[in-house]
Amino acid sequence: MKSTIPIEMVMLLAGLLFALGIAGVVIRKNIVFMLLSVEIMLNAAGLAFIAAGSRWSQPDGQVMFVFILAMAAAEVSIGLALILQIYHQHKSLDIDKLKEMNG
Amino acid sequence: METVFYITAGVTVISTIMVITRHNPVHALLYLVISLLSLAMIFFLLGAPFAALLEIIIYAGAIMVLFIFVIMLLNLGQETAEQEKKWLKLKVWIGPAILSAILFVQLCYLISSPEQAIYDQQIVGPEPVALSLFRVYLIGVELAAMLLMAAVVGAAHIGRHKKVVLHRFLKEEVI
Repeated sequence: MKSTIPIEMVMLLAGLLFALGIAGVVIRKNIVFMLLSVEIMLNAAGLAFIAAGSRWSQPDGQVMFVFILAMAAAEVSIGLALILQIYHQHKSLDIDKLKEMNG
Repeated sequence: METVFYITAGVTVISTIMVITRHNPVHALLYLVISLLSLAMIFFLLGAPFAALLEIIIYAGAIMVLFIFVIMLLNLGQETAEQEKKWLKLKVWIGPAILSAILFVQLCYLISSPEQAIYDQQIVGPEPVALSLFRVYLIGVELAAMLLMAAVVGAAHIGRHKKVVLHRFLKEEVI
């Protein structure tokens, strides 16, 4: 199977997704949306790894994607537990109300 | 092949933009699921079917379900949407959006190299991935296992509720 998807375009897509994730982290004030944007950024990094692995037809890119997936799962579980605790203690998800870590 | 890739990339970008601009968290999650599915399609087009399967099963099937559980637990619904509508004013988001766009333009300039490298693409199936994962990267697998175990223990510890036991005669908190 021969396909001619240029690597520059795939990397450009990864960069665009990463920039969108950064913008989402910065413009949102709700913690849930910030965590979602971090997930978007991790996906973009995984896409860059897969594209590089397919460029040289080596399995290493997919191996790195598997590691990114495990890391993302761990991070999401911890982050969602933290969000639950924050909501129970502060009754709000506004990041500006959590500036001082009063506990 | 190339046309399919461009269409799928357009779907991915549009749905991601919808994710970071929605007010209602459930709508944002649905758009994120669409974005993940189209990204899995792109992985398949790049000759990585195993990664596409993992993306669908783990990301769209497990992580998104976690998010939906938490949103249901916190009762995030209509009032959250109104709050977000209040927070997302133009003067709030225009500055960070411009800065991110500058970063993206720089990235485009770096990527656009003079020669267009068209390469013969081979499908990398699950078998070489598994062989590489459990031979070359065995230490990484064990470290990932430790990380997942630490995450499970940490999430169970962070997310537990402190029980406040108040006896009738002994009014003090037992934690």
